[in-house]
Amino acid sequence: MSEATAKTTEAKAGAAFEPRIAAFVCNWCTYTGADLAGTSRIQMAPNVRVVRLPCTGRIDPMFIIKAFERGADGVIVSGCHPGDCHYSAGNYHARRRFAIFREIMSFIGIDPNRITFSWVSASEGRKWGDVVDETVSRIRGLGPFAGYKNLVEKTHAGA
Amino acid sequence: MQELRELAKKLLAEGAVKVVVGYAEGRQGVRPIFAATPEDADKLIFDPRCVQNLATYLSPRRAHVAALGKLAVVVKGCDAMAAAGMIREAQRKRDDFVLIGVRCGGVLADPRASAAVTEATVAARCPGCEVREPKIVDHLLGPLPPAPPGASALDARIAELDAMTPEERFAFWTSELAKCVRCNACREICPMCFCVRCVCDKSQPQWIESSPHARGNLAWHMTRALHQAGRCVGCGECERACPVGIPLSLLNRKVARVVAERFDYVVSDDPEKPAPIGTYRLEDDQEFIR
Repeated sequence: MSEATAKTTEAKAGAAFEPRIAAFVCNWCTYTGADLAGTSRIQMAPNVRVVRLPCTGRIDPMFIIKAFERGADGVIVSGCHPGDCHYSAGNYHARRRFAIFREIMSFIGIDPNRITFSWVSASEGRKWGDVVDETVSRIRGLGPFAGYKNLVEKTHAGA
Repeated sequence: MQELRELAKKLLAEGAVKVVVGYAEGRQGVRPIFAATPEDADKLIFDPRCVQNLATYLSPRRAHVAALGKLAVVVKGCDAMAAAGMIREAQRKRDDFVLIGVRCGGVLADPRASAAVTEATVAARCPGCEVREPKIVDHLLGPLPPAPPGASALDARIAELDAMTPEERFAFWTSELAKCVRCNACREICPMCFCVRCVCDKSQPQWIESSPHARGNLAWHMTRALHQAGRCVGCGECERACPVGIPLSLLNRKVARVVAERFDYVVSDDPEKPAPIGTYRLEDDQEFIR
């Protein structure tokens, strides 16, 4: 191990927990809202990686599972407000799906607070910043997603 | 029982159906039988050992069964709901098959035990059943037996799990799911799992890992539960088919209760009633959304 790598590893171990958060957002409202937040120079936590999808109706709960499998500590799912869907009703369908998925997660023992669901419109750059900051600070409080990470480690150990 | 055999023989003789799918004595208890002749029809039985959900043979995924010709299927209430589900979800038409309904007083938890249905022997799902006389059927046979006694053991177990901390629940489910060998028996036997190609078989991209390990098992069982939301008829076949005894009925029933509370929908044998997933109401609760 080179000296530089050793230093980086040391720094990582000593550093405070920085949550990794995946955001699944719809193209028409939240992505545009997040874009506005950027162009408006709104400051927000840099922990979120955004994945743009056509509609919240396109966001399969399997995406959330996959995000956790790949090491996310939290997830944001965000789209158009009710009535604003570009495809008329995608967000209404998504709302039902996620309402059930949340309960399944909770029954399995995964803290539903790991996920933020929100409606952020194209003009709500400020709200997007708030959603991100609030989620990051909540996940920071919850700590690393140890339960799921252990599951992944067990998998690697057993495979 | 004679009534059932006579009806089966009549349907076969008239040519109304090619095969009657029902229950018969097997070497290890009751087994499904495909009766195509009067001799076979004389083997048909129905009693509380008949736990299997034969509506699964109506699944459009089973081309080898469809190739036999038109079927008549002996169905309990829960099985009739599965047939109704296939019609509701446009997989089969009502005229594609004949349903021979049997009035049901609950089945046994252990079908190999030749016992009466009592509070101790009844299958956990049966108490509280509201489809003991299915309406969708073409024929309805037998006298109505007394309602299954007691309360559902599943509801009691769900209450226990709900009372646990999330960490305890996670430990419970990860230890249960650790047993899963990913044989897909739960999916294969399920009348409502009728996708020709299951999402868990897709490998590009592979959303659900197919080897039996902690991560893939959790992904599979959460996805299965979600895909059953508002569709599972609660026949308990997945749990019965499971070779390692994962309590899948708990998960299914929990989801059914969530759907009932949130969307005021209970799975029934009415194929006209729209399912909760695939429809929506403008005023659906969204207390969990910012």
